[in-house]
Amino acid sequence: MTTKYTKDHEWVRVEGNVATVGITAYAAEQLGDVVFVELPAIGKAVEKGGDAAVVESVKAASEVYAPISGEVVEVNSALVDEPAKVNAEPTGAGWFMKLKVKSAGELNGLMSEAEYNDYVKGL
Amino acid sequence: MAEPAQTDLKRTPLFALNAELGGKMVPFAGYEMPVQFPAGILKEHLHTRAAAGLFDVSHMGQAWLHLEGKGTHDDIAALLETLTPGDIKALKPGQIRYTLLLNDEGGIRDDFMVSRPLSAEKAGTLFLVVNAATKDADFAHIAAKLKGKAKLERLEDRALIALQGPKAAAVLERIVPGVAAMTFMTIATFTWERAELFVSRSGYTGEDGYEISVPGAIATAFARVLLAQAEVAPIGLGARDSLRLEAGLCLYGHDIDEQTTPVEANLTWAIGKRRKLEKGFPGADKIMDQLFNGAKRVRVGIKPEGRAPAREGAEIVDANGAPAGRITSGGFGPSVNGPIAMGYVRADLANDGTALSLIVRGQKLAARVVPMPFVQKRFHKP
Repeated sequence: MTTKYTKDHEWVRVEGNVATVGITAYAAEQLGDVVFVELPAIGKAVEKGGDAAVVESVKAASEVYAPISGEVVEVNSALVDEPAKVNAEPTGAGWFMKLKVKSAGELNGLMSEAEYNDYVKGL
Repeated sequence: MAEPAQTDLKRTPLFALNAELGGKMVPFAGYEMPVQFPAGILKEHLHTRAAAGLFDVSHMGQAWLHLEGKGTHDDIAALLETLTPGDIKALKPGQIRYTLLLNDEGGIRDDFMVSRPLSAEKAGTLFLVVNAATKDADFAHIAAKLKGKAKLERLEDRALIALQGPKAAAVLERIVPGVAAMTFMTIATFTWERAELFVSRSGYTGEDGYEISVPGAIATAFARVLLAQAEVAPIGLGARDSLRLEAGLCLYGHDIDEQTTPVEANLTWAIGKRRKLEKGFPGADKIMDQLFNGAKRVRVGIKPEGRAPAREGAEIVDANGAPAGRITSGGFGPSVNGPIAMGYVRADLANDGTALSLIVRGQKLAARVVPMPFVQKRFHKP
């Protein structure tokens, strides 16, 4: 099981051929209190770097991009009623969706946890 | 136009305190201002509605408007009335009025507060508080229009601190005895640590509260005393915006601008009855025509029916999918616990309950026209 990160502050954790996707603690902190989450439809095919979900704080709306390509097999519908989970546990109960991985090779271009932490420090 | 470099931004007298309190600084109207503190917008908003919030609004423009030479309140009021539709003459000593600075086409150059000082010694003087982003243009406009008859004295060495919320009166009374007896939309001068405070019972949140003009040199000390009270927390511009939106109040440059008249903006209450009869304010012909015959578009409250907020700029369509207008302010109302918005719609769609759709990310979101405010106002009236 490995977790990778994008420059747009998504994380992706792969177990077998299923990838769980969410936003990082840094992203959640920057957004502030999340008040609304729009999740993709089950079965939707998302492309690496394409729109996958929407997360809104009191002051602004932000896109969540797909870290890798794949088919949406599950969404965290608990976020619809409790969007604050994204702030409370961004890398745990605040996950957004699970994807059936299309090409495991796409993970190679993403950052490791150490690389992401360095990237955030430089922002 | 390029954003000014960070170094060009101005700082209020409370800048260091805002930073010390963990304020997340953003550029706003040429100033470095706290958009939020560590508590976050949601908690700051709810705290203001439950207890008392302290806001640094020192970026706003404060000025005295003096008559050239001696004169009465009526003299200075008559001059300001040539630029605004408010009944300024009717102000009693110590009374505040919300009014509008109009252009010659009846468009809104700014919305601002005008006060008649309580003291008879200040007869012939008015106290103005205008928006930060427009203050230079406003004061240049007023000075040019009233040249030779009245002069502005900008109070750039003064900070402005808002204390808002149901506990604001009890808190401020402890520090500045006497303020609890003031009623909504009145102003009086008090002394704190030998400094003169201009205390207004007014605000921009829909709550009871005060806006306190304080000399910049003691502003931080004064704010620290307020923040030391158990009920008080610092509040940033983010919550200031969500609070005013729930209260149905306009944000200049977003909900009202030079292309919008008071009738379109649903601010006809800010046009004095006597002024409607006498006219004599900028754009009076156009505004009176709209008063009698209606405007083509009007500002309304809008409640999206789901959970998704519709933001500024979102297109509004009617039940047939025809263009109906645009959202000018929209977001999440923490006290409403749901999305809220205001915007302009075609006059035939302005009635409460009218079904509309808002276009958000290409999808139609069901919404209705609703009365404002979205939350009950709790002012201290006599």
